[in-house]
Amino acid sequence: MVSTARTWFVRTLCAAALAAGMVGIAAAQQPIKIGFSMALTGGLAGAGKGALIAMEIWRDDVNKKGGLLGRPVQLVYYDDATQPANVPGIYTKLLEVDKVDLVVSAYGTNLIAPAMPIIMRKKLVFPSLFGLGVNEEFNYDRYFQIMPSGPDPKVDWTRGFFALAMEQNPKPRTVAIVAADAEFALNAAAGARKNAQNAGLKIVYDKTYPPATTDYTPIVRAIQATNPDIVFVGSYPPDSVGMVKAANEVGLKTKLFGGGMVGLQFAAIQKNLGPMLNGIVNYDFWVPEPTLKFSGVEEFLAKYREAAKGKGVDPYGHYLPPYAYAYLQVLGQAVEATKSLDHGKLAEHMHKTEYDTVVGKVKFGKNGEWARSRVLQVQFRDVQPDNLEQFAGPGKRIVLYPKEWKSGDIVYPYKQ
Amino acid sequence: MVTADLLANAVVAGLLLGGFYAAVAIGLAIIFGQLDIVNIAHPAFIIAGAYTAYILNSRFGIDPVLIGVLAAPLFFLAGAGIYRVYYGAFERTGQESLSGLAFFFGLMFIIEVVLILVYGVDYRLVQAGYIGESWRIGFVDLPFRMLVPFVVAVALTAGIYLYLARTFTGRAIQAVAQDRLALQLMGVNPIRVKQWAFGLGIATAAIAGALLIIIGPVEPSVGRQYIGRAFAIVVLGGMGSISGMFIAALILGIVESLVNTFMGPSWAPAVAFGVLLLTLALRPSGLFGR
Repeated sequence: MVSTARTWFVRTLCAAALAAGMVGIAAAQQPIKIGFSMALTGGLAGAGKGALIAMEIWRDDVNKKGGLLGRPVQLVYYDDATQPANVPGIYTKLLEVDKVDLVVSAYGTNLIAPAMPIIMRKKLVFPSLFGLGVNEEFNYDRYFQIMPSGPDPKVDWTRGFFALAMEQNPKPRTVAIVAADAEFALNAAAGARKNAQNAGLKIVYDKTYPPATTDYTPIVRAIQATNPDIVFVGSYPPDSVGMVKAANEVGLKTKLFGGGMVGLQFAAIQKNLGPMLNGIVNYDFWVPEPTLKFSGVEEFLAKYREAAKGKGVDPYGHYLPPYAYAYLQVLGQAVEATKSLDHGKLAEHMHKTEYDTVVGKVKFGKNGEWARSRVLQVQFRDVQPDNLEQFAGPGKRIVLYPKEWKSGDIVYPYKQ
Repeated sequence: MVTADLLANAVVAGLLLGGFYAAVAIGLAIIFGQLDIVNIAHPAFIIAGAYTAYILNSRFGIDPVLIGVLAAPLFFLAGAGIYRVYYGAFERTGQESLSGLAFFFGLMFIIEVVLILVYGVDYRLVQAGYIGESWRIGFVDLPFRMLVPFVVAVALTAGIYLYLARTFTGRAIQAVAQDRLALQLMGVNPIRVKQWAFGLGIATAAIAGALLIIIGPVEPSVGRQYIGRAFAIVVLGGMGSISGMFIAALILGIVESLVNTFMGPSWAPAVAFGVLLLTLALRPSGLFGR
């Protein structure tokens, strides 16, 4: 009887010790939760899903190396359906219900801005993915933008396009500015207007169009009627396709065409437009040119290409995915360096440190934008019809600007 | 500045655009205009048609218009099946007004989500020899990307118009909305007529979808931007009038194109819908409504 009681006592003691140990291990391995909203359906879902793939690659890479601060990393995310109205609710849930440790932004200006009031109230560090000039209104000192727009984002964003134009001979004298009636395109057009004025160009056409426009040929004809030397377009993917096709069909004659067309960076659209792209000068952030071989980018893109198979997203992922990986790299490096999840310490570190990422060295300025702009202006060259593979390698998007990343000279004019 | 060539090009571009709008709205002119069913999911069927064109065009290189025509019978069957569900669940019990609307909203989201799950969210486009090419007559440009949809839309509208006017079933479709009892007294089953008409309306979405993807890139949610336009065209033309719908579509296209050219594209939706309001103020039953 005594023996049975003793056995029971020893067993209970062992079980209690084991349970305590398990709790201890569990506490030590409690994941660091990073929360965000992402466009997985709706208009920006093509890019949003690509960004998510990149973020999952980063999570797996980090967890393979033992996580952050010895804890595994977990991504907690919800689909915002590309609806800005959904974003505040998502971040409230992430913070109040899911109790995430860190947050990062969704993709795109329209979906970053609605999260800002909540993030600011909680004083959180907020690495952001491709928002143009979001912090100009908020002036939040813990906002960090991975898109390399530069310290004066709206103006820096189009500076290269106009700088290139003014280097050419004969010098352009007039410009047409056309943009979609939506946050990003309007910001880009505002910057273009300022750069045009600074360059002494006469603005002969300055109009916006609703994003639901079906046929762009009347718009291109109206632009052509003003006979501009430069045509700057701020557009989203479907309108970019419409504009390029309309310019080709109408036979738009101008010296420089492009600037701020979103969508021309995506492989499916590039393949479809084919030779119609030749000569267009447009912004980009990364292209497979020899001047942009940053450490780790090729390895990351190889993983992305594998992960993207069959998911209906951009197969090469040159545009957004490297930056989606990089903004988590910055956050991860800050956590490891400060050995803390304290948002004050993280923000301080992110303001004063230069980070090594797959998109090169990243240093933030006072307003959380890149301290120095690196918006590339690339020119489509020698694009062949119906060939997707041609965009995987160099030679099709020549970097013209900035000079330190230049991989070739401009072909000028576009069409005369 | 208004010049002759700008004006001529704007009017021609508007006609071509209007033709495409007619193809988008013709199914709704039957379903909403004649059967009085608020099929808010019609643009989602058009997107399904666009994806059908994309899949077969990218795999086998078949012309998108041909794919639209070949897919139309399948869409007809799908439409007829959907009407049976709608009739059984809502119309038969007199709950079609609000519950029916919710049904079609749900259907729209289901189509979108299925397309997202199966094909992802990237923009889809088709290849055809005539896309990107233009035909120039004098100083007027006719981009084939817009001309082909216009020609197909004219043929589709003429076909539907003749079918409704000249055939027994066509007349029965027109009659079912006006006097269901009279149709029953003539020995015709109104439910079967409505089922047939609903199927016909959905069949046109296969062709309209093929035309849409010829004009520009498509992703699963892009159909939403055509909901307002398609309903406006049907109302402007006069509920149930096919010829009225076609003329209304051309008017909307021309107004949009003129505004895009001479006033600024931002004004286009406001002016186009202003024309709709003005017309309805003067003729509450629409241009050709009875």
